[in-house]
Amino acid sequence: MAEPVKQTVMALNGDEAVAWAVKQCDVDVVAAYPITPQTIIVERFAEFVANGEVDTEFIAVESEHSALSACVGAAAAGARAFTATASQGLALMWEIVYIASSLRLPIVMAIVNRALSAPINIHCDHSDSMGCRDAGWIQIYVEDAQEAYDTVIQAFRIAEHPNVQLPVMVMLDGFFLSHTLQNVSLLPDNVVREFVGVRKPVEVEVPYLGKVPLVLDPENPITLGPLDLYDYYFEHKMQQQEAIESSREVIKQVNEEYAKISGRKYGDGFIDAYGLEDADVAIVVLGSTAGTVRHVAKQMRKEGAKVGMVRLRTFRPFPYEELAEALKGVEVVGVMDRSMSFGGYGGPVFVELRAAFYDLPERPIVLDYVYGLGGRDAPPSMIREIYEELLEVKRTRKVEKVLKFVGVRE
Amino acid sequence: MAELKGWREIPMAAVPWKLSTEFKTGDWRTFRPVIDQEKCVKCLICWVYCPDMAIEWDGEKVTINYDYCKGCGICANECPRKAIRMEEEVR
Amino acid sequence: MSSFRVNLRELAKQPPKLLPGHRLCAGCAAPVIVKLALAASDKPTIVTVATGCLEVATTIFPYTSWKVPWIHNAFENAAATASGIEAALKALKRKGRLKYEKVNVIAFAGDGGTYDIGLQALSGALERGHDFVYILYDNEAYMNTGIQRSGGTPKGAWTTTSPSGTVIPGKREHKKPIADIAVAHKIPYVATVSPAHWLDLMRKVHKALEVEGPAFIHAICPCPRGWRFPENRTMEVARLAVDTCFFPLWECENGEWRLTDRSLQIAKRPETKKPVEEYLKVQGRFRHLFKPENRRIIDELQRYVDAVWEDLLKRCGLA
Repeated sequence: MAEPVKQTVMALNGDEAVAWAVKQCDVDVVAAYPITPQTIIVERFAEFVANGEVDTEFIAVESEHSALSACVGAAAAGARAFTATASQGLALMWEIVYIASSLRLPIVMAIVNRALSAPINIHCDHSDSMGCRDAGWIQIYVEDAQEAYDTVIQAFRIAEHPNVQLPVMVMLDGFFLSHTLQNVSLLPDNVVREFVGVRKPVEVEVPYLGKVPLVLDPENPITLGPLDLYDYYFEHKMQQQEAIESSREVIKQVNEEYAKISGRKYGDGFIDAYGLEDADVAIVVLGSTAGTVRHVAKQMRKEGAKVGMVRLRTFRPFPYEELAEALKGVEVVGVMDRSMSFGGYGGPVFVELRAAFYDLPERPIVLDYVYGLGGRDAPPSMIREIYEELLEVKRTRKVEKVLKFVGVRE
Repeated sequence: MAELKGWREIPMAAVPWKLSTEFKTGDWRTFRPVIDQEKCVKCLICWVYCPDMAIEWDGEKVTINYDYCKGCGICANECPRKAIRMEEEVR
Repeated sequence: MSSFRVNLRELAKQPPKLLPGHRLCAGCAAPVIVKLALAASDKPTIVTVATGCLEVATTIFPYTSWKVPWIHNAFENAAATASGIEAALKALKRKGRLKYEKVNVIAFAGDGGTYDIGLQALSGALERGHDFVYILYDNEAYMNTGIQRSGGTPKGAWTTTSPSGTVIPGKREHKKPIADIAVAHKIPYVATVSPAHWLDLMRKVHKALEVEGPAFIHAICPCPRGWRFPENRTMEVARLAVDTCFFPLWECENGEWRLTDRSLQIAKRPETKKPVEEYLKVQGRFRHLFKPENRRIIDELQRYVDAVWEDLLKRCGLA
């Protein structure tokens, strides 16, 4: 296609945008349990089902654990499956999260980022999705409702790619994105259909059957989910590692391909940088806060400050090479973490980034700003303060504290 | 003992690639069932109750597959004609 | 009564769907239940099994004993996994992407994965009305992890977490009436079966697969290891469970209760009902009940079994 297709603009909140994406992707099974702030996804989709606007089996499961369990069964049987959850729901289905990726099932799940109890908090932070970052899922954080729509569509392509065959988590900030109306451009149904196609299971070579589809099929009876002893478990995990490494190329490719039909590209699929051509200091941030950071960076650049930022979009697999390349020449990097690993050196993004830079001959000073826990707002003034501090550190080359908690009352 | 394979050689998604028929559980036995074919009326009750699918019927004769028989003795205990006796396994 | 017929001589010639070489204990009733259940229908079948003896011993990588498509997900979600499979088949069929007219979906789970940790998923699946069969193979304890008590362990039984000590003589609570719970969900078909009463088992599983909607089969699964009896007496023990009315054989079809097989015979000839002691005395897990200070528990068990039996007779219109 020479230019992007004509799109329809609808006023949708982040949750609705996700529901619309699922609607257009010919999903076979949706098994979901409501939890604030994801409820609108499920409700909107239930409406589509009730009005016959989608040909999807909607299972109103009795818990999140059963939601992902049902998706595992459905995907194993060859269906395209989707679910969504947040916070406690994700925590409840945690064991199945690992099982889904280990069984190589291309399930797509939207996570509407919400803080974990206790105390119970329905507002945004990233502790839920960060809690399962080791599970082997591809993890992508979106900045706005438009990207939520776009990324869910991309997610099916990424997950079902023959070199990947891994489930994908798409994160959108609770309330900031889920419940905020935006103008979202929707692609025509047929364009999305063509983009995602029909799920085609990969083939697996099983000596007693030959080359058969990796699907529960009475004609070619395979066994999924055996018992491993210490002689083979490690090897099976290596296969997962190889798969998630293979997904790097695919994530980039799908981002490019999607740009051709939609006119929207999200950086290189992994990171989206702004102002780094000449930046002395930069902030690395995920999710909706990136918008605020970019806004402040623009303002400060107009004032002559050499500041930049990187929105980290894909957290797993972690783009250490891309970040190292993008932040080359930046002297001080401030990482904004919307979750904390208690007792650890810092938040998860900070720790990953630090590790990524460790081996480089020249590396920036990297500082951690844990912010926004439990929905604590991150206003432009806070971002500006962070930038001021980064610039101060660049000036003095002195760091008093590597890990800071901002926006909290002492 | 089969040679252990590397992760590039085994099927994806941890799909088992051998049937258990390659694993002979017959060496679990301490007693083995022996069918007295004269007494056997081919009712196949032993086949019904065998937990190990180690009793075979080819249309004419009932035989024990000693590759898998674990010697539980259910067949001997259940045979309505007492046509099966348990003998000590000698190796 | 349905006209379900079995020709053993034909059946025994067919290739098995559960293969030998599995590593369940010698004398285990679980593979017998599976063998008979899978033989009850010749339609294409997909099976999901909860974590437990059956799952573990039949799929030790790189081996598998299953000649039907099979998935193990986790411990408590056999019913949820089956729900997902059933929904997938429905969706694919509607979209013209399924090459089969009908596929049976069967979930096997032990008492661990059903009475306790699996109860929520089971209840949800039954309430939603998925078209599948849930077969509970009940060996009355968490056998795979070493004989710990479950909600299905009968009162008085020794298990490692309800040991028969000097102060407490075994499990203090009665067995949870799991099949009654299934009936309370008002599903089309619920039945109790025993591997020793094999034709009754096959007929019931066949019916369960035929009905549209959820069906629940509760199979008693005597365990030589955990119940402490010699491994050649498994079918005897199952028979005694039925003969003493510890485990009556019944079916409930759309709310209509019926006794079957041996239990129906006992109802017609109550003098053939055996005292519970006959069942208890062949199992080491009840041995401590025969001590003078624990005898009252045997009496209590007899009263309990009798009360449940009377109630069952009333429900079946045979009181």
